[in-house]
Amino acid sequence: MILRNINNRFEFVEDNFERIEDDAPVPATGAVLVSANRWLEEHDALSGRAEPVGVWIEGDGDLEGLGEKCAQLELVALRFPVFKDGRAYSQARLLRERYGFKGELRATGNILRDQLAFMERCGFDAFELDERVGLEQFNKALTEISVCYQPTGDGRVPVYQLRAARTPLEQTRATA
Amino acid sequence: MYRYDEFDHKIVTERVEQFRGQVARRLSGELSEDEFKPLRLMNGLYLQLHAYMLRVAVPYGTLSSKQLRQLAHIARKYDKGYAHFTTRQNVQYNWPRLADVPDILKDLADVEMHALQTSGNCIRNITTDPYAGVSADELEDPRPWAEILRQWSSLHPEFSFLPRKFKIAINGAKEDRAAILFHDIGIGMARGDNDEVGFRVYVGGGQGRTPMIAECIREFLPKADLLAYMEAILRVYNRFGRRDNLYKSRIKILVHQIGAEDMAKQVEVEFAAIQKQSDSLKVPQKEVDRILAYFAPKNYESLGEFAPETEEARLADEAFARWLDVNTADHKVPGYRIVNISTKPIGGIPGDMSADDMDAVADLADKFSFSELRVTHKQNLTFTDVRRKDLHALWKALDERGLASANISLITDQIACPGLDYCNLANTRSIPIAQEISQRFEDADLQRRIGRLHINISGCINACGHHHVGHIGILGVDKKGVEYYQVGLGGSSDNNGSIGKIVGPAFARNEIVDAIGTIVDTYLDQRVDGEEFLDTYRRIGLQPFKETLYDTAQH
Ligand code: HEM
Ligand code: SF4
Repeated sequence: MILRNINNRFEFVEDNFERIEDDAPVPATGAVLVSANRWLEEHDALSGRAEPVGVWIEGDGDLEGLGEKCAQLELVALRFPVFKDGRAYSQARLLRERYGFKGELRATGNILRDQLAFMERCGFDAFELDERVGLEQFNKALTEISVCYQPTGDGRVPVYQLRAARTPLEQTRATA
Repeated sequence: MYRYDEFDHKIVTERVEQFRGQVARRLSGELSEDEFKPLRLMNGLYLQLHAYMLRVAVPYGTLSSKQLRQLAHIARKYDKGYAHFTTRQNVQYNWPRLADVPDILKDLADVEMHALQTSGNCIRNITTDPYAGVSADELEDPRPWAEILRQWSSLHPEFSFLPRKFKIAINGAKEDRAAILFHDIGIGMARGDNDEVGFRVYVGGGQGRTPMIAECIREFLPKADLLAYMEAILRVYNRFGRRDNLYKSRIKILVHQIGAEDMAKQVEVEFAAIQKQSDSLKVPQKEVDRILAYFAPKNYESLGEFAPETEEARLADEAFARWLDVNTADHKVPGYRIVNISTKPIGGIPGDMSADDMDAVADLADKFSFSELRVTHKQNLTFTDVRRKDLHALWKALDERGLASANISLITDQIACPGLDYCNLANTRSIPIAQEISQRFEDADLQRRIGRLHINISGCINACGHHHVGHIGILGVDKKGVEYYQVGLGGSSDNNGSIGKIVGPAFARNEIVDAIGTIVDTYLDQRVDGEEFLDTYRRIGLQPFKETLYDTAQH
């Protein structure tokens, strides 16, 4: 099941992408998800497809070579092998902020409710989950912390910029 | 000191509520201990040998008297009537009940405090020089930058699941009083071309089982680039630091593997790319100025350097004179002194303080030091701004409560980790060793004759007690289920950071205190005029100590 952020609310949507393992042939039709290596190796053939192509990157995978071309992809799936392995947070920010990736950025693997907000701030907008549980919980997780101290490219304005934009009167009130 | 505005309040309050929900899910059984663990660790809640332990952040060691009173209140209401000051300038409670923790966090939030990021694999509390802002040897006050770093690192979405914990220290003075060479990132204030003040950045220091001294990767960083550069270092580490082995996952291992030069190169590439992307990591000058204003110099009176009443008392009272010499330090403003309050009375537990004493110290801070104090990385407390003419009154008040131990930086001012009394990783006890050493060197004149000497004790290789950087370091080891103590000499965490060298085979529980006695005697025999322990050791090396130690032990 895919939990998708649609206009700042989570909803469950069907996964339209078929995951194709490296040793299986890529079907001619339908949206497919292939490994990043395969996509780079079979780039010409795959980019000729009429229907969407996405790639998955393993936890230790690099963005080498992929970043510059990511605009051609509909979906990038990054994996959290265990929740403690935070590499995909950096990969996500790089894809969004450095390489300007606009497609679906999907988190897969070991995803805990209490990490959703961090993931979302790093640019993820879709989450692969086993079951359709806790929609309300997930939506709550997104809004529990409403203020952010850092700019991450998710469009939210960090506190230091909000403060700098305050008028002197607002400033006085804030510290009164 | 810094005060929260509505944004800071909001973030901390929301975080408390979030954690309250998480605790409720744990107590109801919705979350298992395994699932709850990463959540509690994000809030400074550890599971120790006997109970939970809550670590409260004291950002860069600065406390108001009001905050200290609240910490005392928490100790009384939710714990056993005392708290523990740590080597990272924080405060720990050893006996809170899980169900109470959300209320404790709420009480903390009421006085602008929290337990965020005091554990877990994230950026920990930023530490600094306890004399920041008042010492004469300071280039600039590092606290505003520590506050900017505190905010930037709080709930940082990209860096909350790093390979391992991450510690940053910043120092603004010539003398390094923040041990920056032993942090994942050490930042020193430096002067660049055109006399501009900025930062020098070190990376890859640390203790634990593989002690390393940080290396400089940036000679000069303009202030405006601080956050972008930090983000570059953290991103390189988050992406490429090892995650396969707990003991090889600190940034020091990455720096060691690829070399400081290569590390610097990778960071520079990432830094340049971040800069090119956007300048959103530049804190607007208006905001920098807002934060700087909180750290503006106090409203000092213009006083003469000399205070006759203090000089009279000094002549009349030997104990006061000793305390003046040992526990107070020069202030940049004439007529003021920096005062250290030792948490290490003879035979006490280093760093522990009772709630009543905390209240008393808070009252004294109100009376004598602008209602503020600092926690030092040697686990003592500091009043930064005491008028010289008030020193005797302050001393008397402290002395009445037994808080006037005149031993700052002397042999009884030891660092000891919690050890087997609290910790489930311990090989040995640490606290009783510190207590016995303290009793052995109780004599105040003897302590002063010995001079500056740091003894640091860890109950296992994790080095929470900083044994690697003790002038004398004691490490608890397990020999077939029996407690033994290995001794290292010559460590130091100051500007000339060094890691202690093991002197020889470990000592049994009933030999270790005598062995320390022998080391001290050897030093006193060998030293030449004006030398401190470290000077003598650096001059004569391990050999003379080996001879006396292992000779004596055999007879
Ligand atoms: C009682 C339970 C405790 C446990 C289980 C514990 C565990 C650990 C472990 C496993 C390390 C090594 C981490 C590494 O090298 O990556 C460590 C390091 C450290 N701990 Fe503790 N610790 C405890 C208490 C404390 C206390 C009370 C303090 C402060 C007074 C403390 C301060 C430190 C410091 C400063 C280090 C750092 C060395 C470094 O990171 O360079 N620990 N601790
Ligand atoms: S040094 Fe070892 S025994 Fe001491 S607190 Fe740390 S982990 Fe525990």
